[in-house]
Amino acid sequence: MKDKRPVNLDIGTIDLPLAALTSITHRVSGVIVFVGIAILLWLFDASLASEEGFNSLGGLATSFLGKLILWGVLAALAYHMMAGCKHLLMDFGIGETKEAAPIGAKVVIVVSIVLFVVLGVWIW
Amino acid sequence: MVTSITSLGRNGLYDWLVQRVSAVVLLLWFLYVAFFVATHASLTYDDWRGLFAQTSMRIFTLAALLSLCAHAWIGMWTISTDYFTSGLLGSKATTIRLLFQLATLAVLVIYLLWCVLILWSI
Repeated sequence: MKDKRPVNLDIGTIDLPLAALTSITHRVSGVIVFVGIAILLWLFDASLASEEGFNSLGGLATSFLGKLILWGVLAALAYHMMAGCKHLLMDFGIGETKEAAPIGAKVVIVVSIVLFVVLGVWIW
Repeated sequence: MVTSITSLGRNGLYDWLVQRVSAVVLLLWFLYVAFFVATHASLTYDDWRGLFAQTSMRIFTLAALLSLCAHAWIGMWTISTDYFTSGLLGSKATTIRLLFQLATLAVLVIYLLWCVLILWSI
């Protein structure tokens, strides 16, 4: 091995493949869910405290912005779970090859978009 | 020399396992609740309250929240050690990283206590 081969470790200059983009999105969605759990716990509390709270979800379900926030948190959660399922499959050696990586990434994106729509229909 | 910097478990392999076991518990909990909501066409307050009034569901929910704490801690710890480094933030990196980790821990403790209060006040 030559010692003086050029090494580029500056990730900002590297063109990320689709699998890498779904990977960083997995991480970003994880942070969104971490913060979003506060909203979900607040809704959980309101939904169990009283029938009125259940019906209006603590007032969140009665405004467009409230619904949008709820949809955003649940969408991040859905994406995080789909990307996580892919991770678990890869732990079992499924879809680990270079050829399978973009396919797996596309499946995660397509299934997530379907879930985003389902969640949107359910919330509105 | 490899220095031992651990997050939740004693080593990375243990963290790896905890991350996956907790993920499966959380997945099962959300799938179960989603299934419950989806199979009750017009879900009422009494259905919903009844679900979480069961001791088994309270324990399942508490297990999911404990899993969330472990899962989120490993995830946030990983993020903090990936990005809040001296290479990116300079000499303040260690202070910022530790404050971030402490804040994460505080939030998770609040989540856990909050969830226990919700479940046992039904």
